Amino acid sequence: MKGTIVMKAVVTVVGHDQVGIVAKVSQKLAELKVNITDISQTLMHGDFTMMLMGEWNEKTTTFDSVKKGLEDLGKKTNLDIRIQRQELFDAIQKL
Amino acid sequence: METKQILDTIQMISEEKLDIRTITMGISLFDCIDSDGEKARQKIYDKLTTSAQDLVKVANQIESEYGIPIVNKRISVTPISMIAAACHDDNYVAYAKTMERAAETLGVDLIGGFSALVQKGYQSGDKKLIASIPQALSETKRVCGSVNVGSTRAGINMDAVKQMGSVVKDLAQIDPVSCMSLVVFANAVEDNPFMAGAFHGVGEADKVINVGISGPGVVKRALEKVQGQSIDTVSETIKKTAFKVTRMGQFVGNVAAKALKVPFGIVDLSLAPTPNEGDSVAEILEEIGLESVGAPGTTAALALLNDAVKKGGVMACEHVGGLSGAFIPVSEDSGMIRAVEHGNLNLEKLEAMTAVCSVGLDMIAVPGNTPAETISGMIADEAAIGVINNKTTAVRVIPATGKKVGEQIDFGGIFGYAPIMPVNTKSPAKFVNRGGRIPAPIHSFKN
Repeated sequence: MKGTIVMKAVVTVVGHDQVGIVAKVSQKLAELKVNITDISQTLMHGDFTMMLMGEWNEKTTTFDSVKKGLEDLGKKTNLDIRIQRQELFDAIQKL
Repeated sequence: METKQILDTIQMISEEKLDIRTITMGISLFDCIDSDGEKARQKIYDKLTTSAQDLVKVANQIESEYGIPIVNKRISVTPISMIAAACHDDNYVAYAKTMERAAETLGVDLIGGFSALVQKGYQSGDKKLIASIPQALSETKRVCGSVNVGSTRAGINMDAVKQMGSVVKDLAQIDPVSCMSLVVFANAVEDNPFMAGAFHGVGEADKVINVGISGPGVVKRALEKVQGQSIDTVSETIKKTAFKVTRMGQFVGNVAAKALKVPFGIVDLSLAPTPNEGDSVAEILEEIGLESVGAPGTTAALALLNDAVKKGGVMACEHVGGLSGAFIPVSEDSGMIRAVEHGNLNLEKLEAMTAVCSVGLDMIAVPGNTPAETISGMIADEAAIGVINNKTTAVRVIPATGKKVGEQIDFGGIFGYAPIMPVNTKSPAKFVNRGGRIPAPIHSFKN
């Protein structure tokens, strides 16, 4: 698509399990116009850990605005939410 | 991508303190040479502040978008002794102050290259630069200096060895903490991104981005999972971990170089510790099976570690360079500090360790009354290890003025603190005072 720069990122959410985590995070991502391409969850050291792969058009939504949106949500819900561009993971883990 | 791989990466960064230790931009100053010192310094300031104007911004952006801490942003420049030699100034302190001012403007942590290469002899600029070191380094905060006194091709310049013993002492008299900004090298490398020894070599491009990685914590954590297994497994585990760590360095270097429109030089495959718990090279050696670093077997374990890091890292990036090896700075490594405090690690053992790793007697505090000749003797010993074994060695020793064994000296932040170590009190003065040059070693009959 012309005028589109696809930004791919990995969102990780870590914290105490609580009602509606998935809903809150995915709702926020929808507001930020981030499309979720993959989602999984697990327990790491007893903490709820969710991973989402997201992508969006960087022409319309900047990385910083997505990051800020998620960080604000993290503060409000007492969850550690971080977002990192996906290329990093590819570089480290793939040959 | 698998969930486990993502978690693995996140854990490496958040729990095992994996970081990019430094992004260092090397900048040539040859086009700033002028017979008028004032003009030369203005050109230097202008070149530095334009060439590196986006360095900190780009590094911060990478940190934010990829979630990797980039601990230091630094600059290295052509050895000032070469640049300033054309001017008629009597001393080069003003050049150091110009470097400091540029570093301050740019917001970089350190700037290296107040340096001279005198492995075979002095040119006029070298003499003035070395004489300026005590004042230059004590009156600046971010400027780092280095002097190369020997090489495998040239031998060891014992006049320079002698002089550097006095220079270190003079600097310590003014301010012992400033001694951490001064390194005396043998076989100095031209693309080292780590301080205090970084300078931009004469064979380098006009500008270049070099990256120094870190990651002792990641290696230690990986080794915890193979406790009791054979040394072959230890070596394989270190290689695999070093591979991942280096991939990150390669990736970050590429992103930074592209954003800054500067060629990407090298990744320095070094395990650089910090005083934070869990970020220690000593603890890796202890994880391999030593009760304390310094125990018999330490040199062998370190040799294994150093070699495995290189083997793992070499395939992970396009160009390897710099010092590339495990660092063993005492003050910057909580495990080393502990071993020294408990009497398990002494200077002689550290010297032996430097024969199998990078870089040398690093961040070691000695009593304030250690004579200059003794420091020269230490420099000569380290230089000999480097020159004979075809590797880089260095001495960054801190005579703690007014203090004695049992006390300690603080450097602050990631530089930590160092317990003052006892030094052999027999004098090498007659040896050091002979002057002259130790001839280059023979390259055959290696025994």
